[in-house]
Amino acid sequence: MKKNLIKSGMILTGIIALAFSFVACNGSGSQGEASGHDEHNIIGAGSSFDNPLFSKMFYEYHKNTKLQVNYQSVGSGAGISQLTHKTVDFGASDAPMNEEQEQAAGSDVLHIPVTAGAVVISYNLVEIKDTLKLTSEVLSNIFLGKITKWNDAQIASINPNIKLPATAIVVVHRSDGSGTSSIFTSYLSKVSPEWDSKVGKGTSVNWPVGLGGKGNEGVSGLVKQTPGAIGYIELAYAIQNQMPYAQLQNKAGHFIVPSIESVTAAANIEIPADGKISLTNTEAVDGYPISGFSWVLIYKEQSYNNRSQAGAEQLLKLLNWMIHEGQAYSAALDYAPLSPAAVKTGEVILKSATFNGQPILK
Amino acid sequence: MAQSAGFSRNIMDSVIKQTMPAISTETGKSEGHHFADRKRKQVRRSLSHIRGEKLFQQSLGFTGLSMLALVLAILLTLIVQSLPSIKALGFSFFWTSTWNPVQNVFGAFPFLIGTLITSFLALLISIPFSIAIAVFLGEYFPKGAFSNFIRSTIELIAAVPSVIFGFWGFFVLVPMVRALETKIGVMPNGVGLFSAALVLSIMIIPYAASLGTTMIKMVPATLKEGAYALGATRWEVLRHVIIPYAKSGLFAGILLSLGRAIGETMAVTMVVGNANFLPKNIFAPGNTMASVIANEFTEADHPIYLSALIEMGLFLFVVTFVINFIGKKIIKRATKNN
Repeated sequence: MKKNLIKSGMILTGIIALAFSFVACNGSGSQGEASGHDEHNIIGAGSSFDNPLFSKMFYEYHKNTKLQVNYQSVGSGAGISQLTHKTVDFGASDAPMNEEQEQAAGSDVLHIPVTAGAVVISYNLVEIKDTLKLTSEVLSNIFLGKITKWNDAQIASINPNIKLPATAIVVVHRSDGSGTSSIFTSYLSKVSPEWDSKVGKGTSVNWPVGLGGKGNEGVSGLVKQTPGAIGYIELAYAIQNQMPYAQLQNKAGHFIVPSIESVTAAANIEIPADGKISLTNTEAVDGYPISGFSWVLIYKEQSYNNRSQAGAEQLLKLLNWMIHEGQAYSAALDYAPLSPAAVKTGEVILKSATFNGQPILK
Repeated sequence: MAQSAGFSRNIMDSVIKQTMPAISTETGKSEGHHFADRKRKQVRRSLSHIRGEKLFQQSLGFTGLSMLALVLAILLTLIVQSLPSIKALGFSFFWTSTWNPVQNVFGAFPFLIGTLITSFLALLISIPFSIAIAVFLGEYFPKGAFSNFIRSTIELIAAVPSVIFGFWGFFVLVPMVRALETKIGVMPNGVGLFSAALVLSIMIIPYAASLGTTMIKMVPATLKEGAYALGATRWEVLRHVIIPYAKSGLFAGILLSLGRAIGETMAVTMVVGNANFLPKNIFAPGNTMASVIANEFTEADHPIYLSALIEMGLFLFVVTFVINFIGKKIIKRATKNN
């Protein structure tokens, strides 16, 4: 009996130790994990929007260089946190890092624009054959829940040739946190002070009205099913699934059809040296107003966690290829190729990356 | 290493001392002393057998206890990681209904309501079906090809990935619910708490049904035959013998399916509408705790936001625990009344 007691005591101690070890692992253990850097393997994680393009790019790059790139499409936020924990060589995000994230990163993280995408406004109005036109004001009022019927005077006045039905408007938004929502809400925040104060911008926000769908497929599914629905989806997804989408008035006053060309045009503006610019509500005359860059993120100082200089060089060469030759694969996959201005800025940023203080790319 | 070897030798000694009398008394009763003597010699010769026996017992104990340790570790992790949110938001997390990641204001009340409405409504819809199936397969057709076919079909439901139910719900059920909503004159969203409950109810039927079938089959034939001999009809046997006898098992099955409904994520998130307000009626779009966590976890970019989602996980953990606890009490009371 006594022996049994001792034994169960020992087992219990074991349990507690085990339990604590789980906690400890979760708290700090992941930071110590090195990225297991061998020179024929680069690991990246982040934006799911970038994933189809990256897969194609890395496949082509592998054919030429035999370099394996392993990209995990886990979402922008998770990509940033994996980079911060130094478990990946690069992260990819549809939104630049915010202040908290930069603080968590510890040292400078470079933002290299790698492709551009757009968010289109899709709708379900069966009777209407012509493309709907929308202004920023009407769009924000619809998503604020202030316009509730399709035949509202505000919509009718910009669409004089379309006979609008009296159907109720069903707003559809993303339910999962996403870069698409981030671009869309940052546009609404820019064009509508009321949206900015009431709702704000982010990967998830407190939507005043509407239904949530998970992913682009969730939103487009709801829009297709629900008469009178309006929702926002990625341009590439909308093109591939032949969804109808509205023309949107840009800052210069033109109604712009979202397309690869009009997104590239939106990015052909003066880009700040750090590459972190929001393209929403662009100044560009022919630019589609809800466009945005997607960035690859790397630490400016590449010498950390016993990384080798050769490994850092390979990473930088890959990124340099991605913003130059790699852009050739964009259009076929419905991504907007980088504008000349963006490529130029990207080059300068890549050259600023260092290994032990020495520039890596010459 | 040396220490553990010494430890195991100690154990071996005590094992011999402890097991020998046990074996002799046990076998002595049933098989006679002669056999016991032979057995004793055999055991002495094969120390390795005993070691194996002991090892087996220990590994059983270890595996069982490590599950407990795992649950404790999960609970601890949830508590530790939700501390920032508990500090920042306090108890308002549990009863306020604003979920605003932009301003880091988090109230989980609408999601608690959504979880409870969808899972209890699903349970309510599923109970008649699962009990009917249990009675049918346990009492009316316990054997035969037809019965096997039905049983495996129902068990197949449990094996279908929940995302498939989500798809089916989204493309087939939701338009039907929308048509119904148009008829009764509520906002025809299609998606909503009611659709989620319908999908859930189908998903959870197999759990209650298969446990119920087993329990009904275990009702002793003598009891049933006794009742028949007294002139009871089939309905009376079912009502007064089988159901009371199998009651605790039926309850346990229902509890199991409730647990499944509360935790279900993927299928729910596809049809529930994902609106973060308090639902006005059962057709309104809503959201559940598991669904919010799954939706927002990957992109939670602020420490408090992430912590609030983990706190919701903790909340879900507690809610499940409380419901299970109450359920166990009900089962206990139900069996006591017999």
